[in-house]
Amino acid sequence: MMRSLAAALVAAVVSAAPLARAQERGIPPEQIRSGSEFLGADLRALQGDDFANPGMLWVERGEELWRELTGSGARSCAGCHGEAATSMRGVAARYPRIDPESGKLLNLEGRINACRVARQGAAPFGYESENLLSITAYVARQSRGTPLSASIDGEAKRHFDSGRAYYYERRGQMNLSCAHCHEANWGKRLLSETISQGHPNPYPVYRLEWQAMGSLERRLRACLSGIRAEMLPYGAPEYLDLELFLAWRARGLPLEAPGVRR
Amino acid sequence: MKRRHFLAGAAGALLAPALPRAARAQYNSIEPLIRAITGGAPLNQGRVTLELPQLADNGNSVPMRVTVASPMTSADYVKSIHLLSERNPVPRMATFHLGQRTGKAEIRSRVRLAGSQRVTAVAELSDGSFWSGSAQVVVTLSACMDES
Amino acid sequence: MVARVQIPKEAKRGELIELRIVIQHPMETGYRHDEIGRLIKRNVITSLLCNLNGAEVFRAELSPGIAANPYLQFYTVAEASGEFEFSWIDDEGKRGSERQSIVVR
Repeated sequence: MMRSLAAALVAAVVSAAPLARAQERGIPPEQIRSGSEFLGADLRALQGDDFANPGMLWVERGEELWRELTGSGARSCAGCHGEAATSMRGVAARYPRIDPESGKLLNLEGRINACRVARQGAAPFGYESENLLSITAYVARQSRGTPLSASIDGEAKRHFDSGRAYYYERRGQMNLSCAHCHEANWGKRLLSETISQGHPNPYPVYRLEWQAMGSLERRLRACLSGIRAEMLPYGAPEYLDLELFLAWRARGLPLEAPGVRR
Repeated sequence: MKRRHFLAGAAGALLAPALPRAARAQYNSIEPLIRAITGGAPLNQGRVTLELPQLADNGNSVPMRVTVASPMTSADYVKSIHLLSERNPVPRMATFHLGQRTGKAEIRSRVRLAGSQRVTAVAELSDGSFWSGSAQVVVTLSACMDES
Repeated sequence: MVARVQIPKEAKRGELIELRIVIQHPMETGYRHDEIGRLIKRNVITSLLCNLNGAEVFRAELSPGIAANPYLQFYTVAEASGEFEFSWIDDEGKRGSERQSIVVR
């Protein structure tokens, strides 16, 4: 009994990376920086080039989907929401958030699919499908420049707590937590790359490594594989809780979708 | 006596090539490609500026700009520009065909590089001459494995 | 195929104009493997053509050495009003095209 308690205490001390107090972030607010600042000049320019940014190809496809009649009611997003540039302005920056109807935590992808099912009578787009990436990129694009501001109040609090615990927990063959790289060692080099603070503000992102557009969930899976941990399946609640924690952690940073990253 | 021999032998082994030939990076000569383009005509160095970053962010997509100094008039213009790789599995990366109405012999694109290498651009001019320029790029692997 | 083209809408006769195109295409090299080790078949855009009023302005032969979602930027001298047409074809025989008009004064 004593042995297991001692072991638990040791494990707790060993596994605790610099733990932030409840309302404080692990990185002091004045040091919070977007991943764009860790990019080289070429990729920073590419992200800012509204024509050449490869993510804009998905945004363009997303606009087609926005206007497309779909589902049992043959409705388009535009049918209810009109012009996205107006109706979706600032919206993506508030996600993930609690859906008032279902009480569930939804990220932007989940919100779009919930609308498809409930209001358009359409099947949800699959995780990481071209359609979901496109419509998410289009909607997120309308919030470019808006500071992230996800709420962690009310129903969201327990999701935030779970996400935060996950962030600071060691895992994988390398026995690392997210904090080991992104809070304790941001700005330092890993091979020829500079470790960023790991913020979600540019998502969905055109990642050169993927040669394609991808969601934050995909990037989290990539991180898990990077530390040789088991990748949770798409849709795992851990990802969503972590997304909320990350959005809170990055609050104030401008949304940059469609972002460009290595 | 035996020990000294052993140590000398070990030192000799260290000086020998660390990897068998087949395991070393595959760099190929682009001479056959150049011969196919020029038909044996001389290849002049100059006039062609090939710009690639010294260190690529990611080998999947590397920004490239190739410029050929030419008045681009109907009497004197660039007919084509070939991009050649000494390391990609497909060494002829691209061929761009220009003409009298091109105005400026400059192309920008993004290329894929299968590892650190020298990339060469060969331009064919309207007078039948050939010119080349090249750039060396370091391409590193991503720090973390991504199996997403 | 989603593609975006950027050309000035207007130009003066004799003016140098810049043309840009980006096409959504994986430019699959044929050297990658999927998650269970099967080789993914090569599929790249092999040629792209740009015409103005039917006359060739620019032509490119591409390969897996061009990055996914290929981007090309080149020049031409504005001579006549009309329509630029970009057309391309990939290994699977799929074609794509984009058109944009220009007014040259």
